[in-house]
Amino acid sequence: MPSDLDIELSVALGDFRLDVAERVPFAGITGVFGPSASGKSTLLRALAGFEPARGHIVVAGETWLDTARGVAMPPFRRRCGFLFQDARLFAHLDVAGNLRYASRRAGNVDPAISFDDVVGAFDLEPLLPRRVDALSGGERQRVALARTLLTRPTLLLLDEPLAALDLYRKAEILPYLESLSARFHVPTLYVSHAIDEVARLADRTLVLTDGRVRAFGPTPAVLERLDVQSIAGPLEASVVIEARVTGHDTGYRLTRLDVGGEAISLPEASHLDVGATARLRIRARDVAVATARPRALSIRNVLEGTVAELVTDPDSPFAEVLVDVGGEHVRARITRAAADDLGLETGQSVFALVKSVSLDG
Amino acid sequence: MDAGAVGLTLHLAAVTTLVLLLLGTPLAWWLATTRSVLRPAVEALTALPLVLPPTVLGFYLLILLNPTAPIGAFWVEATGTTLTFSFAGLVVGSVIYSLPFMVQPLHGAFAAVGPGPLEAAASLRARPLDAFFTVAVPLSVRGFVTACVLTFAHTVGEFGVVLMIGGNIPGETRVVSIAIYEHVETLRYADAHVLSAALLGFSFLVLLAVYGMNRRFPVRAF
Repeated sequence: MPSDLDIELSVALGDFRLDVAERVPFAGITGVFGPSASGKSTLLRALAGFEPARGHIVVAGETWLDTARGVAMPPFRRRCGFLFQDARLFAHLDVAGNLRYASRRAGNVDPAISFDDVVGAFDLEPLLPRRVDALSGGERQRVALARTLLTRPTLLLLDEPLAALDLYRKAEILPYLESLSARFHVPTLYVSHAIDEVARLADRTLVLTDGRVRAFGPTPAVLERLDVQSIAGPLEASVVIEARVTGHDTGYRLTRLDVGGEAISLPEASHLDVGATARLRIRARDVAVATARPRALSIRNVLEGTVAELVTDPDSPFAEVLVDVGGEHVRARITRAAADDLGLETGQSVFALVKSVSLDG
Repeated sequence: MDAGAVGLTLHLAAVTTLVLLLLGTPLAWWLATTRSVLRPAVEALTALPLVLPPTVLGFYLLILLNPTAPIGAFWVEATGTTLTFSFAGLVVGSVIYSLPFMVQPLHGAFAAVGPGPLEAAASLRARPLDAFFTVAVPLSVRGFVTACVLTFAHTVGEFGVVLMIGGNIPGETRVVSIAIYEHVETLRYADAHVLSAALLGFSFLVLLAVYGMNRRFPVRAF
């Protein structure tokens, strides 16, 4: 049985057209990233059967759609869980009623996902008798997530589940989302226009703009591409790199990591074991470039590397520099004037000065 | 004698409401969910009884239901009684006359539920009919109560159509509004007062209940 999600879809909505043809590995979290109106939600809705589409959808060997053969499985037969941005809990049922609604209709019950397990995993026990209109935004999404999971889906479709929440609520939900694929082993498509969510959650990322796939691959590789960065917007331009923890400095309360042979340190993260791999996110605007190793500088994270790519735009005051550091890539956003002044060119040896690093998950 | 008219009126209103609940619900659901080009035409037809004089409705019903017309003749053959000047004929007339009072509140309620909860139900493996009864109906409870109360009350207040196709047969077609008309015609004002005041009070209480409920009734299943 082929264990992937084979999609070849086209959806026409007025003037908008979505065309996607990809094979998505059937494991972990796949981010679907793009600006608003790029077709992300339409793709998810077409997969769930809410949007009429042409083409074919084969999920782990099961055909959900094949317009050439006249097959279009109705939404209620597609074994996918759909998490809506606005939760869509049933207002006439309490929390327990909403969960049982899903559980009762799940059909052949997968013993790996029991009612009590799900209630426990999402800390819903105290909420069970509550009315849904008495829940906070974050609680609603938690209940909706649990309800979706209780349909025992073979595929989870999450449509911007955090978009309607404030930062505090987002932080409250993220750990539950992270535990989804790890604990319940349900392959997930995660739609978001927020690059930090994708960077944190997704194993691989599919980038959509104007209804077309612009990039698809492992998240770090996709997010470091400059054309993808331009979609994310200048403030969010960043890279995600994997770094190995080499030690903790308890005196200065720092954790040291190795990035492509270069040392980097960040405020102590004592939960990371020495030797473990951590995901770091470095924003382009937090990186400066020097052609010689600077001295007498407060910035401690200085990575030696070579210019892998240099992008300038005569209409923009800024230039983006992709620096190769022993195979890992760090992006810097400097002014175009500075790039010309330094005479930067591809292959040149430079130092990336990293002002701030954040730990991603 | 007037007790018979009151009983008959309540009976007619109850039967009409029940029949309309069964016919009006699928019609309202279709109106709320269809993308058919026929929808405006069907909506207009449904609303017609609101603007047509009851005499026009009654006149056409008389033409359609009398024993020499196909429908009327079929009824005579099937049951041995006529549709005109009978209780059954009054039910047919009332169903058409009160149709918008059932369909419009339901249509509004279903439209207010929207496709969102039904997509959610489908994503939870509920078949369309299952989703309708377990999600759309409970979320539209207010619409159902309003529709039934208004249909019942409007049928109680019916006069013109009854006069045209039912006449004034005690125990068969002599409803309260006809009885009042007859009392006035025969100058028995005291009897007309009793029935008129009762109808006025009843109608006010019904509307008060509907508007009061719209303010307070929480969206929750019963």
